[in-house]
Amino acid sequence: MAFTFKKRSNLPGFGLALGYTVLYLSLIVLIPLVATFLKASSLSWEQFWHIAASPRAVASYRLTFGASLIGALVNLVFGVLVAWVLVRYSFPGKRLFDSLVDLPFALPTAVAGIALTTIYAPSGWLGRPLASIGIKSAYSPLGVAIALTFIGLPFVVRSVQPVLEDMDKELEEAAASLGASRWQTFSRVVLPTILPAALAGFAMAFARAVGEYGSVVFIAGNMPMKTEITPLLIITKLDQYDYAGATAIAVVMLVFSLILLLPINLLQKWSGSREEKTSELIPDVIES
Amino acid sequence: MGSITLAAGKIPATRRVATAATGESGAVRWILIGVAVFFLALFIFLPLAIVFSQAFAKGIGVYWASLCQPDALAAIRLTLLAAGIAVPLNLVFGVAAAWCIGKFEFVGKSLLITLIDLPFSVSPVVSGLIYVLLFGLQGLLGPWLARHDLQIIFAVPGIVLATIFVTFPFVARELIPLLQAQGQEEEEAALALGASSWQTFFRVSLPNIKWGLLYGVILCNARAMGEFGAVSVVSGHIRGRTNTMPLHVEILYNEYQFSAAFAVASLLALLALTTLAVKTVVEWRARRQLAESAAWSEERQVV
Repeated sequence: MAFTFKKRSNLPGFGLALGYTVLYLSLIVLIPLVATFLKASSLSWEQFWHIAASPRAVASYRLTFGASLIGALVNLVFGVLVAWVLVRYSFPGKRLFDSLVDLPFALPTAVAGIALTTIYAPSGWLGRPLASIGIKSAYSPLGVAIALTFIGLPFVVRSVQPVLEDMDKELEEAAASLGASRWQTFSRVVLPTILPAALAGFAMAFARAVGEYGSVVFIAGNMPMKTEITPLLIITKLDQYDYAGATAIAVVMLVFSLILLLPINLLQKWSGSREEKTSELIPDVIES
Repeated sequence: MGSITLAAGKIPATRRVATAATGESGAVRWILIGVAVFFLALFIFLPLAIVFSQAFAKGIGVYWASLCQPDALAAIRLTLLAAGIAVPLNLVFGVAAAWCIGKFEFVGKSLLITLIDLPFSVSPVVSGLIYVLLFGLQGLLGPWLARHDLQIIFAVPGIVLATIFVTFPFVARELIPLLQAQGQEEEEAALALGASSWQTFFRVSLPNIKWGLLYGVILCNARAMGEFGAVSVVSGHIRGRTNTMPLHVEILYNEYQFSAAFAVASLLALLALTTLAVKTVVEWRARRQLAESAAWSEERQVV
């Protein structure tokens, strides 16, 4: 047999484990997803386009993608900064901060939603001072961006942190000894090394933000055309028993998240290969 | 070996020079720390503080009463039930998936990994919707289910299914890299010494991955108990019957019962904090286990 499905191994249990994995995956994930696309295919192309490109849907895409982009950009900048500070410096409370970075992953989104809304509402701890200088935070697109910044916070930090930890200081020392200023060393040596990981974190934060629902619905205000995010539009259509409408918009979101998987995977691979390359380089330098 | 000792001997001298050249001045350092701490305080500490301060704003009596409401208790029970079914199912799946992916080489492995991760990239609302489209009255299997008097959507089975979907990859994702890193030698030794397959699995493989397993289960459980969007779509929001804790929080908040909403929310926030605490401990243990096994394999190579 020229083609072998599996390499020879002495360990048992491959058939059972793979069989169960594929069966469970099909029942829970694949069949329901395929059914959704089947349901959508019962719509004609004109019907689909009419729903997916309706002004209300387009307004929701603009808000969802725009606010997600802002949230992910804020996290890109501050995530790199937080990762840098947590890896390179020591200060009181550092370990506590380090563990709490993951809070947005662990805190249920509804809890985050009502907490952020209470903070930024016109009478809230931060909402009142912001309102007094004329900035409306809750119940506006800004509120959506705040919530989406919160839920994306851990991604960039957690993807840059290990790269910074593994980075050997020799490269920075070499740059410094060759006369580079600290900023030049950072922008020409450190930044290129952490860039793939930072971009992967950025893309993951963006993808997560686009689909987010729980932390946004409370703070958004949910006005059609103004502060209505796409996932909420799907729920609104479901509540009106408009299954075709909900399905069409869900398919737009599904296709988008599947497309986004590709750059995320590529960025993660790029980041991984960069790490390997630098760690291969270092022993040679030391030994020579 | 010689070159390593040589390099190690050199380190103190180079390090001293290096820190001066590759560190920032005190002022820059403290400004960066200050900005990072401010950012984390704004987005992490403030939301936590408001949850607990609002929960106890009207005193401990109101707090306790909000948790003892029949609807709140029903929501807590349903959340425990959904997580109690979803987490063990995803645990068994995670171990099976990690076993075939981590220990064997086969065609289509990376496709399988991508498919397992898929639920992470689907919006929670869409995750709920796919089950409505499959099992709802308008759905593909809806008419058949209705004829047999089976209700999945707007009932407990739908909530459990949606919970399973959104927590699907957690355990598998934690275990795959662990099993990959450990290789096959220990299992092969056990089998050669006459252990059965299951003995090898339970006495050799499982103890090796116990910390990763625990962490995966804890994460899976936190998400299962806290899921909102997906469960919201399939639940139907029937008070006392299909409301989970996060949905109960939403209802109370929308009825302006803020203290009660934050009281229930504070339980979920405590769950999140416990999850993070366990994560910190597990990471510390896992690092130690890794260091020990590295030391062990080094020793073995010397012998």
